[in-house]
Amino acid sequence: MSTRTLVSTSALNRRRGRIVYRFTATTVIVGFTLIFIGPLYFLFTDGLKSTHESVQVPPTLYPHAIHPGTYADAWTVGGVGRLLFNTLYYAFGALAFQLVFDVAAAYALSKLRPVFGNAIFGLMLSTLMIPATVLVVPQYITVSDLPIVHMNLVGTPEAIWLPAVANGFSIFLLKRFFDSIPDDLLAAAAIDGAGRMRTLWSVVLPMSRPILGVVSIFAVTAVWKDYLWPLLVEAGYSPTRETLNVGITQAAATSPQNVVIAAAAIAAIPPLIFFLIFQRNIMSGLTTGSLKG
Amino acid sequence: MAEQVLSRPGRRDPGRARGRSGGPVAAVPDGGPNGRFLRTLRRHLAAHGFLIGAVLCFAMFSWYPMIREIIMSFQQTHRDKITRQPKTTWAGLQNYTRIIHDPTFAQAWKNTVEFSLLALLIGFAVPFVTAIILNELRHARGYLRILVYLPVMLPPASALLLFQYFYDPNYGLFDHLLRIMHLPTSQFVQSSSSALVSVTVASTWMNMGGTTLIYLAALQNIPGELYEAAELDGAGILGRIRHVTIPQTRLILSMMLMLQIVGTMQLFIEPFILTNGGAGPGNSTVSVVNLIYQYAFNLSGSSNYNSASALGVLLMLVLGVFSAGYLWLSRDRD
Repeated sequence: MSTRTLVSTSALNRRRGRIVYRFTATTVIVGFTLIFIGPLYFLFTDGLKSTHESVQVPPTLYPHAIHPGTYADAWTVGGVGRLLFNTLYYAFGALAFQLVFDVAAAYALSKLRPVFGNAIFGLMLSTLMIPATVLVVPQYITVSDLPIVHMNLVGTPEAIWLPAVANGFSIFLLKRFFDSIPDDLLAAAAIDGAGRMRTLWSVVLPMSRPILGVVSIFAVTAVWKDYLWPLLVEAGYSPTRETLNVGITQAAATSPQNVVIAAAAIAAIPPLIFFLIFQRNIMSGLTTGSLKG
Repeated sequence: MAEQVLSRPGRRDPGRARGRSGGPVAAVPDGGPNGRFLRTLRRHLAAHGFLIGAVLCFAMFSWYPMIREIIMSFQQTHRDKITRQPKTTWAGLQNYTRIIHDPTFAQAWKNTVEFSLLALLIGFAVPFVTAIILNELRHARGYLRILVYLPVMLPPASALLLFQYFYDPNYGLFDHLLRIMHLPTSQFVQSSSSALVSVTVASTWMNMGGTTLIYLAALQNIPGELYEAAELDGAGILGRIRHVTIPQTRLILSMMLMLQIVGTMQLFIEPFILTNGGAGPGNSTVSVVNLIYQYAFNLSGSSNYNSASALGVLLMLVLGVFSAGYLWLSRDRD
């Protein structure tokens, strides 16, 4: 555990070192708590204020009269319940599509090695150079009138699910992981009579749980955090098809301040719970994803 | 190229390679050259069957839009005077000259570059220093790591609506705190002099957790003996940071620099929410992506996909350079 870092343990054990360390540690812990938990504290308590108190000058540091009804208002009047359902539906749908198509593709590229496989992989990686934001205009026009089949996906969940599949980073992570699975293992499965599908399902996938976890976390958070694309393809329907991000910002213009903050707080609860449960996987996934990627 | 790819799979096919070297298994009839060809064909077809879903999605939603953006940026669409049908014609560089002469164009690039520089100043240095300090702490490290990452998990709209409330010059928390500390108050996002900085602060708070954790992981990979040796040579703490920490993390630092430039140049949601639509007072927060959005989807009737595409191509070129740098650096590592 005690690997040597910038400051040596012996320096810390000296009297002066101990004092400096204690001072720094306290400052950092208190400072960080204020900076990072502080706003979250207001996010959850400001929604409990009455409309009057929420715009009072000077602002109160805690709700002087507690109005839990604000959260109920945000849920029913502001329609946050519906927005939450939409977002979950888009996020897990995108996850399912990505897992099916991208895993199959990465498996083919890594283990089945079809003709032009390398060229296709190269083209997929090249999309990493062009961030999606730059392509919103032609992407929107394409989605509103798909080439050849002439379908309009705007307003359907597929408008979010299908573009999510075109994720070069997921393909890259999956392929690199599959590459590390020894071919001998697949050969053994083939000798035992397993077909390609069976090998993928019973040999490759069970070994790939860590990377599937990483890709899943990326897929879900990407939809949860996206704003511009859902604003373009899912806004303005009744009953609403908007995501939380889009819905609560649009409602913010016409709602009282306390309801806006309550809605923002409700939208923050699921990802925070998700993070507290999976924090170990999320934080290690972040570093595998970027350090070696 | 195609032949190389063609010949390799057969050679490496795990099942058959095994079967041959296994001696007796090789006695299984091969079906002659014709049968082998059919089997190879079937194998390739099956492999492409696994690929087809992803390839179609890439083609529709990535490759085709990429080409289409370039094509559209050289085209013009207008309604025919008689038939009222939309007509598309080539326009040469007209879209480019038009957007370059738009006064907002220069402003948007200036804001975006300024935001990127500010965000790098804060969003590059602060996480690095934070990571160095966190790495030295013997207490509460897990707690602090979770802490810096919490805002990253928030939906951006939640965080930004909260900051908008804090920034309010009348009943906002920030001005209240400034008043308590007897500091001059600020109009934050409502004044053209402070709007961009306010946007940067909110953006850094939302995003720095990821960078910090990546630096932390890089710091933990530095072998302790290097610090030991530097200390024996008489290097103080700053000397050790300069001669050990920074050289040892140089690669990850430059990679994150590229990634952050690409990320910050795509600035959209922060001004869009904080300054109600992204323009800000006197266009002080309009970013390039905000301007693309305005060109393409502005409901005031001047909607023009072609101008938006031309601006998109320009941004694509700039970002492409940095992305290529990132990919090059990260490949060099292996």
